[in-house]
Amino acid sequence: MQQVVQEIKNLSIGFTSKKGEQISILKNISTTINKGETVGIVGESGSGKSTLALAMMGYVKHGLFTISGECIYQSNDILKMKNRELENIRGRKIAMIPQNAGQSLTPNLKIGYQIDEALRLHTNFQKEDRDVKISELLNKVRLPSPEIIAKRYPHELSGGQQQRVAVAMALAGSPDLLLLDEPTTGLDVTTQAHVLELLNFIAKDTGTSMVYVSHDLGAIAQVSDRVIVMYSGEIVLDGPVRTILKNPIHPYTYGLLKSIPKLTLSGLPNSMSGSQPQPGTIKEGCSFYDRCEFAEDKCKINTPELEFVSELNTSVRCFNHKKLHKKKDEDTKSSKKVLRKLTKNEILDISSVSISYAKQKFIEQLLNKIDDTNPTVKDINIKIDKGETLALVGESGSGKSTILKSIAGLIKAKNGIIKFDKNKILSNDLKKRDANYLRAIQLIFQNPDESLNPNHTVEEIVSQPLKLYFGLSGNELKQKIIEVLKKVRLGEFYLTRYPRQLSGGEKQRVAVARAFAAKPDIILCDEVTSALDVSVQAAVLNLLQELKVDFGTTYIFVSHDLAVVKAISDRVAVLYQGRLCEIGPSESVYKFPSHPYTEVLLGAVLEPDPDIKPKLVAEDIVEEKPPEKGCSFQGRCPRLLGQICKTDVPPWQIDENGNAIRCHIKINDLKNQQTSN
Amino acid sequence: MTLVIKQEKPKSTFSKIVEIISTMASRPSGLIGLIILVFHVTLAITSPLYAPHDYKAIDPSLMLQAPSSEYWFGTDSLGRDVFTRTILGGRTALTVTFFGSLIALLWGGALGIFCGLVGGKIDDVVMRIIDAFLSIPWILAMLLIVSLLGTSTIVLIPALGFFYGKGIVRVARAATHDVIAKDFIVSARARGHGNFSIIWNEILPNVRDAIMVEGAMRWSWMLLGFSSLSFLGFGVSPPTPDWGLMISNARGLMSFAYWAVLAPIFGLSSLIIGINLTADAFAKALGIDRSTKAPV
Repeated sequence: MQQVVQEIKNLSIGFTSKKGEQISILKNISTTINKGETVGIVGESGSGKSTLALAMMGYVKHGLFTISGECIYQSNDILKMKNRELENIRGRKIAMIPQNAGQSLTPNLKIGYQIDEALRLHTNFQKEDRDVKISELLNKVRLPSPEIIAKRYPHELSGGQQQRVAVAMALAGSPDLLLLDEPTTGLDVTTQAHVLELLNFIAKDTGTSMVYVSHDLGAIAQVSDRVIVMYSGEIVLDGPVRTILKNPIHPYTYGLLKSIPKLTLSGLPNSMSGSQPQPGTIKEGCSFYDRCEFAEDKCKINTPELEFVSELNTSVRCFNHKKLHKKKDEDTKSSKKVLRKLTKNEILDISSVSISYAKQKFIEQLLNKIDDTNPTVKDINIKIDKGETLALVGESGSGKSTILKSIAGLIKAKNGIIKFDKNKILSNDLKKRDANYLRAIQLIFQNPDESLNPNHTVEEIVSQPLKLYFGLSGNELKQKIIEVLKKVRLGEFYLTRYPRQLSGGEKQRVAVARAFAAKPDIILCDEVTSALDVSVQAAVLNLLQELKVDFGTTYIFVSHDLAVVKAISDRVAVLYQGRLCEIGPSESVYKFPSHPYTEVLLGAVLEPDPDIKPKLVAEDIVEEKPPEKGCSFQGRCPRLLGQICKTDVPPWQIDENGNAIRCHIKINDLKNQQTSN
Repeated sequence: MTLVIKQEKPKSTFSKIVEIISTMASRPSGLIGLIILVFHVTLAITSPLYAPHDYKAIDPSLMLQAPSSEYWFGTDSLGRDVFTRTILGGRTALTVTFFGSLIALLWGGALGIFCGLVGGKIDDVVMRIIDAFLSIPWILAMLLIVSLLGTSTIVLIPALGFFYGKGIVRVARAATHDVIAKDFIVSARARGHGNFSIIWNEILPNVRDAIMVEGAMRWSWMLLGFSSLSFLGFGVSPPTPDWGLMISNARGLMSFAYWAVLAPIFGLSSLIIGINLTADAFAKALGIDRSTKAPV
């Protein structure tokens, strides 16, 4: 008999709308968390997963209230407890690790003091014991030299280190249950893999139960024993991790898994149509009916109940789950990828571009003296052909967005030349660029909430480039806007909408429409899918691919996600600290031999499969500045050759697949080393 | 790809204004503020039509009469009807301060947005000049201007507008800073839009609300300021009725003719309270409330 840590019975949480209707955000949630178990809660934004996690701590957000049900911890309903009683539970018995540790740590208190405070509140240790315990906790989360870390302020630590401190603080009270709300979402891929590995270790070591809330099935696969899939405030699937991820018997999970780009897959993933319904819009029937490819008439009228399938040990909310039992992934191999037309028609030539953020002093400006020998981005040489998709990959601080901005003219390159269409030199000053070149290069940003003016309607947004570059007005303008919107699969009725009335995917489509309205030759995509939900991401990627085929546009695609890059790009350039490490056709970049940094990145990719564990080959140290001399990756390289890496800049070597690697290790040695383990 | 169709009618500017006003009126404080403000504005416009007595008719025999059925609010030291003078007393103040705050709004908003957009050295220099002006006691500076150029409304409106616009510069600049780093500005720059187009199309719609609320707040401050000037004898010249002037004239006799002082005080403070409540409700209706509850 397993010991139950928390039991949630029939929980509904909601709010009262302006019209006085009661709208549920969580609908009749019932589940139990057992001792020592790690439960992953997956869902897209708005599925209610964070509301559920907060309710487990006895916290309901301002404006929401408990409609019915209870959250039982040690035979008491924590949702009905008074603040005084909750103080003894929160932190001591149930602890939480927030998404952004950088914001949850107090910026002007030292790390040691903050952990000490947690210990003072949640344990009965004396002062001397607490000092020992602080070191112990910091050691446990694998932070190097705890004495030094304890004396630091949060801003002196990297994102991964901050997250580790947050874990240490949560562990201070030795809680029974640890709630983690997207704890690795903002972190770099390698750091994420390390933090997940640490969480796995802690779960085994301390026997703490964990609830891991995330939208990322890859991360969930690595840590959880059991997975709960949420959709529109309901549990749609609840079962062991292997069953859920390998044999998903709910159509939503099935579609979701198919829409994730994977390293093992070539080409674009299948996208799921539609988006999650707004709370309160579904009155009867299955909430997934509109998007379900297995839907029948009865699904529209009858609401399915959570049904336990004993052979799979899984609960599912679907009438047709039997259809999915036997359905294997025979149709996951999509071949939507369009092969690159091998026309050698160079459209952009970036040669020896360096960019520096260092500010020159006034006198040095007068003397025209350049003193920055170690710029943020250095020696970038890339030639891009017409109709090609080039991906720039790297972790934060790799200079990929900086390069993109210098192509757009938003950041002045210090050295080097960017040529457009063979021989036209683009000025590094935006104001000196010809309007035609400005039109030819358009940008799409990461977050459509920020890139669309919240006070403009879709019509106004899309009209900007049309008015600026083509001088359209009146009816002609309106017809053109409708035409552009149609290309991104948005109907005419979107014209009068404001961005806040659109879903994330629709907003990004509007941003895509605005870029394409200028009839550009090159589109610079800056992490365009990072802010989107998985199912929407696949749809946007597919749209970009279709538009590329229609218009022959060239993309420069910046991303940190190697699986997304593999799905969309023809050629990949890997960057570390503003220096190119490797560049080549995407098929060969993902094959060995690779630059040691590419190897580290590939090892850290999280697949939504509990049996594929990430390979952690290098430490997740964060370097502030590129090294003055030698190879840019010398600080973290797992295959460091010796002194030569620290003194000489490595040469370019080209392997048999046409892949250029910048490393001192001979290409064959590299291949042998990498394929042997 | 099918998309869920949520058909909504586009909103006209008029229906947006109606919506904002009805949101404002949905809270008791906003409703009270609106009623007071509308009452004062109607009074200011229509009062000459039904004022029971001549506001400048002096009659020594009627000096300091207590309120009666003939003289509702009594009479002042010169025997003039206080009720008539009170309902007429807000006219000049309202007109001067309304146009004054409009000027403050325009120059303060424009300079603030400009400084926020260009940044750098120009921004530094302008803001330090604004800081320097903020350190000058405005009432002294106003007295200097009025004594040099006279007390006509042509002088008062721009002078008040200038002194009350300094605060708006700061608010507009701060609001601009909030949006200037957003990607839609970067996007407009990358497309090659000029500064004027960026200000007009991208920044203004996003800072307009904040500036308007600040302007409404400044209005009530300016009203107090203008009444202070009148109180000191530099605002409206007699015999034109004005609350500040009426308070000033009657304050010496307060111990036995309290009505002559109370009526204009009531007029002035109710108008200021009305404007403040309305401005507050306006801010709440636009969603830039300053007193929202913390999320936890």
